Amino acid sequence: MSEIDHYSQVWTHRTPKTRLMLWAFWAALVALFVWCWQVMTAGTIWAFVWDAPRQAADIGSRMFPPRLSYLPELMGPLWDTINIATLGTIGGVIMAVPVAFAAARNTSPSPAILRPVALFIIVASRSINSLIWALLLVAIIGPGLLAGIVAIALRSIGFVGKLLYEAIEETDRRQIEAIEATGASGAQTLSYGIVPQILPAFWGISVFRWDINIRESTILGLVGAGGIGLKLQASMNTLAWSQVTVILLLILGTVIVSEWVSAKVRQALI
Amino acid sequence: MEGSYPSTWRRPPQILTDRRVRIGLQVGIAIYLVLAIGTLEVDWARVATGMERGQRFVMGFLQPDFVSRWDDILRGLIESLTMTLTSTVLGVALSVPLGIGAARNLAPRPVYYVCRSIIAVSRSLQEIIIAIFLVAMFGFGPFAGFLTLAFATIGFLGKLLADDIEEIDARQAEAVRATGASWGQLVNYAVQPQVMPRLIGLSLYRLDINFRESAVIGIVGAGGIGATLNTAIDRYEYDSAGAILLIIIGVVMIAEYGSSYLRKFLQ
Repeated sequence: MSEIDHYSQVWTHRTPKTRLMLWAFWAALVALFVWCWQVMTAGTIWAFVWDAPRQAADIGSRMFPPRLSYLPELMGPLWDTINIATLGTIGGVIMAVPVAFAAARNTSPSPAILRPVALFIIVASRSINSLIWALLLVAIIGPGLLAGIVAIALRSIGFVGKLLYEAIEETDRRQIEAIEATGASGAQTLSYGIVPQILPAFWGISVFRWDINIRESTILGLVGAGGIGLKLQASMNTLAWSQVTVILLLILGTVIVSEWVSAKVRQALI
Repeated sequence: MEGSYPSTWRRPPQILTDRRVRIGLQVGIAIYLVLAIGTLEVDWARVATGMERGQRFVMGFLQPDFVSRWDDILRGLIESLTMTLTSTVLGVALSVPLGIGAARNLAPRPVYYVCRSIIAVSRSLQEIIIAIFLVAMFGFGPFAGFLTLAFATIGFLGKLLADDIEEIDARQAEAVRATGASWGQLVNYAVQPQVMPRLIGLSLYRLDINFRESAVIGIVGAGGIGATLNTAIDRYEYDSAGAILLIIIGVVMIAEYGSSYLRKFLQ
């Protein structure tokens, strides 16, 4: 019973060693933060920063009241935006399906060569934002809706491909084996063993991506890829802040509606 | 008897089991596609001339030029990385009190509503739109980008943290409360240990997202590697643009693998 005496009589959450390590970690983080802060703000013109509240008040006063008579003019670009998102999603999903099957460990036709290629396509598509894709495509195929659609499609490959190949890898092996036991060919196994298992996930992922794409396609116009962003850019260039307010409200409304639709569809699927 | 059984089998529909709904949906989709593609104005001549440029871009991507614009690329990359780190740290630091305030089981009602509405505003506005406004207010450069990313981080982490706190095991909180703990002690000993692993994971994930976003907001003048990329594309220097894109992909991959390794190590 007397053995216990050398323990501290006060309970503490951590041992002294972990506490010390934790302090060292926090100190290192603060040091890193301060260093990064100094590097980052080296070129900052502080006069502009201190001036910001006045600028904010100025822009704010110009934004209200919103110029609602501008709304009818926005319906055409809004239709374009929805088309960019929808057609882009369709194109992206069509391209993503073969990539996903090539990337999944259990369906890849050649795990040594094709799988790394498919994984690289997914990573490359995922790490480049759709706005950057649009920037490139506007330079290549010219400004307009097509650049936006292709940008959305290319960005969607990575997202849909990644989630879909994870769904393929999580399929129930026993069902596939049962189909194989009937003497089904490779294509038949795919069609009757794997596809029915991933179909709900597939539709869920596609609708989810569509919802994100609506959100992203609203700003693609900033770099010239068509849609409502084009109007946003034009209004800002002419400093028509009361029109900017209307556009932002419309974008907000569209995003909320698309989010609601996607949530309803996914609820119905699962 | 045998004749009454069908001799062929058709796969039953899996998701839409009602035939009328299925046909209606298919017709609806067909009409939409016709309308959408009909209103699509594509200048095919421009696309055709662009193919040559596209080829040059692909060549630039395959033979990236890291050297001739290395100074600009390096400056952009350093701006992006420092912006990412500082904004994530500030965003996490601010989102912790906000997340606690937005948790129904810890905060009083008025505080809950205020915090939830701050989160909703931050989440519904896109980074790029916030960046446009902040550039207009704070001037060009990474400072505006830093503020944008910090603001976006607050919404993202605040919501996920608040949802996490609302889902903690109430029995543990009850046990700590039964010892006579104050509110601060309750947060420290009952809530913090339960949400900490996920908070660390989410912060690392947000670090990764912030880097990716920092490559984008440069397009509207908020500094970072996006500005360098924009300049390279404007100058039609596709080999430099290819190099920048490869650097972005590389950093994102390192961040993704690094954070998944760190999360595994911490759990």
